[in-house]
Amino acid sequence: MKAVILGGTRGIGRSLARRMAGRGDTVHLLGRHEGDLKGCAEDLRIRGARAVSTGLCDLLAPLTFSAALDAADAAMSGFDTVMVTAGLFGAQDELEKDRVRTVEVLTTNFTNTILFCEEARTRLLARGGGRLVAFSSVAGERGRKPVVLYGATKAGLSAYLEGLDHRYRAQGLITTTVKPGFVRTGMTQGLKEPPFAGDPDDVAATVLAAVDRGAPVVYAPPIWALVMMVIRLLPRAVMRLVSF
Amino acid sequence: MSDPTAEGPQLSGWGRVFGPGREVCSEDLEALTAGASLTRGLARSYGDSSLPHVDDGVVASCRLADRILSFDEGTGVIRAEAGFSLLQLNRTFWKRGFAAPVAPGTQFITLGGMVSADVHGKDHHLTGGFGAHVSELRLRLAGGDIVTASRTGNADLFKAAIGGMGLLGHILDVTFKMPRIPSAWVAIETERMPDLDSYLAGLRAAAKRFPFTMGWIDTLGASGKLGRGILMRGRWAEAHEARAGVPKPLRRPGLPFVLPDFAISRFTVSAFNSLYYGIHPSTMRRRVEHPETFFYPLDAIRNWNRLYGQSGFTQYQCVIPEAAGIDGVGSFVALLQKTGGSSMVSVIKDCSEEGEGLLSFPLKGTSVAVDFPAREGVQRIVDTLNAHLIELGGRIYLAKDRFTRAEDFQKMEPRLESWRAVKRKYDPSGRLRSAQSARLGLA
Repeated sequence: MKAVILGGTRGIGRSLARRMAGRGDTVHLLGRHEGDLKGCAEDLRIRGARAVSTGLCDLLAPLTFSAALDAADAAMSGFDTVMVTAGLFGAQDELEKDRVRTVEVLTTNFTNTILFCEEARTRLLARGGGRLVAFSSVAGERGRKPVVLYGATKAGLSAYLEGLDHRYRAQGLITTTVKPGFVRTGMTQGLKEPPFAGDPDDVAATVLAAVDRGAPVVYAPPIWALVMMVIRLLPRAVMRLVSF
Repeated sequence: MSDPTAEGPQLSGWGRVFGPGREVCSEDLEALTAGASLTRGLARSYGDSSLPHVDDGVVASCRLADRILSFDEGTGVIRAEAGFSLLQLNRTFWKRGFAAPVAPGTQFITLGGMVSADVHGKDHHLTGGFGAHVSELRLRLAGGDIVTASRTGNADLFKAAIGGMGLLGHILDVTFKMPRIPSAWVAIETERMPDLDSYLAGLRAAAKRFPFTMGWIDTLGASGKLGRGILMRGRWAEAHEARAGVPKPLRRPGLPFVLPDFAISRFTVSAFNSLYYGIHPSTMRRRVEHPETFFYPLDAIRNWNRLYGQSGFTQYQCVIPEAAGIDGVGSFVALLQKTGGSSMVSVIKDCSEEGEGLLSFPLKGTSVAVDFPAREGVQRIVDTLNAHLIELGGRIYLAKDRFTRAEDFQKMEPRLESWRAVKRKYDPSGRLRSAQSARLGLA
């Protein structure tokens, strides 16, 4: 696999990149900080990656996307997989008090992530297909009190990714929507841990196996598929009462 | 023993005895430790070593700062960030013919923790503590400066930080050497020992032929059976003995809930001990084993610390110096039985000479480790054991401790003053501290 990863220096993205390195894949890391990228690249090389390259790209700055993907393509002489693990989290209470942060979360998780995927889509389709993997969230499955705004961005992203998969799978572009449940990363620190919380490395293993078999959707840890099935079935009257 | 009436976030070590505190983590350890008063790793120390001082309330976690920074295939020298875990090390390097230089009992520990507790393992009689294999540390000092320490530069800091419980500086990265191994499998022998004397003799004999020795003893057995146990010894299997392929990581079910307090009683523990002893064949068994099964039997159930119920538990680990002889160990085990520290896992093994770490635990003698619930009377048990330990000239392991009194610790540690002198030099205002350092009056 020759994969470009936006967000591979932190959290689940870091674990995913390491899993791929461990089996000898070629990886191109995109991120915001040069030093951080270089350090992570060396880590992946030592862990067994065939080759690792890096490039600057900021999910907050859509104008950087096209050039970053072109540079990645050149550095690894043609990628076949693009992954977006980056994103912003905002708890509802925090976002309701901070309109600037709200704009940032909405724009990054929805508009900019989709714009990045569009750049990846056109390039992958032009070479006859490939894999596009993007991290949405179980938070996008229902409108819920603690994640109204964050959940909305992920609901929109999930709808986009599903549509993409329906429209282009026949042409060889396989889109995987990743829906992590609660995972113990820097992003979720300080939040109250629900049952079935997962560790990044286990989640990465689940995600990578799903990507390998071309699954359109993957919940990780897998138990969250069941949890969300139940939550999707709850009547609105119940959702209005509960606090999750 | 968590306080249900307590307000605010609570943290605990592995023994699940809670105290006030919350953890912050980040991949960027340099930024995270700026201004912090303590860093913890995977919180496998049993007591309050990794809990913040009550006035600080926050502890930084290095667990996300876990990159390998450099590795030399020729020499086995590796430099990695403090959060790099033994689990990651094993999964990455066993298959490439390298192993950690020491073999502790769990792989859910970080390099930062391994240095700070100067962890030892089944091979202590050969390899010493982890600190002996470290060549350089990079630390953030209490004042904010980032420095390197080694045997040649800032040597006093280096020696005080090894086994220094994270109180000298926040460890950012660690350079150490990994030995080569002939295969990733282990050749082991296990044998039943009918009593304490034969167990200790067996341990000593095994040490001459095997790098890994340890065992489990029954501290509840009736007289005559007291100290009976199972002795285990092992070595890395040679290539021709090894099973085919690379050992696959084992699946680890978790204990999904906290057991009720009555699950661990003198009766259940006694039954467990008899069963554990009884199912082992009376003749010696020899086999080639998965390394995780041999090295980390307790990791097999991910949350085994929930076995002890809501009140949590403590581990009492001490080392009894060689000078106290087999009688010293015997009197200690007898006292254990009398005080009622009913323990499922009582582990006894030999330690070799004291290392360089100014506060490191091991010294030449016999290490005894027992777990017991942190219920009513636990303070009295620990006090009683400590009083006898002081008479024998032994000391406790800080990474396990939650209940030792400051005055007792000071009686066990003639080295404390020289460690304190270094602590004062690098942290004059005592900025770096933990709940444990305050309790024991370390600094």
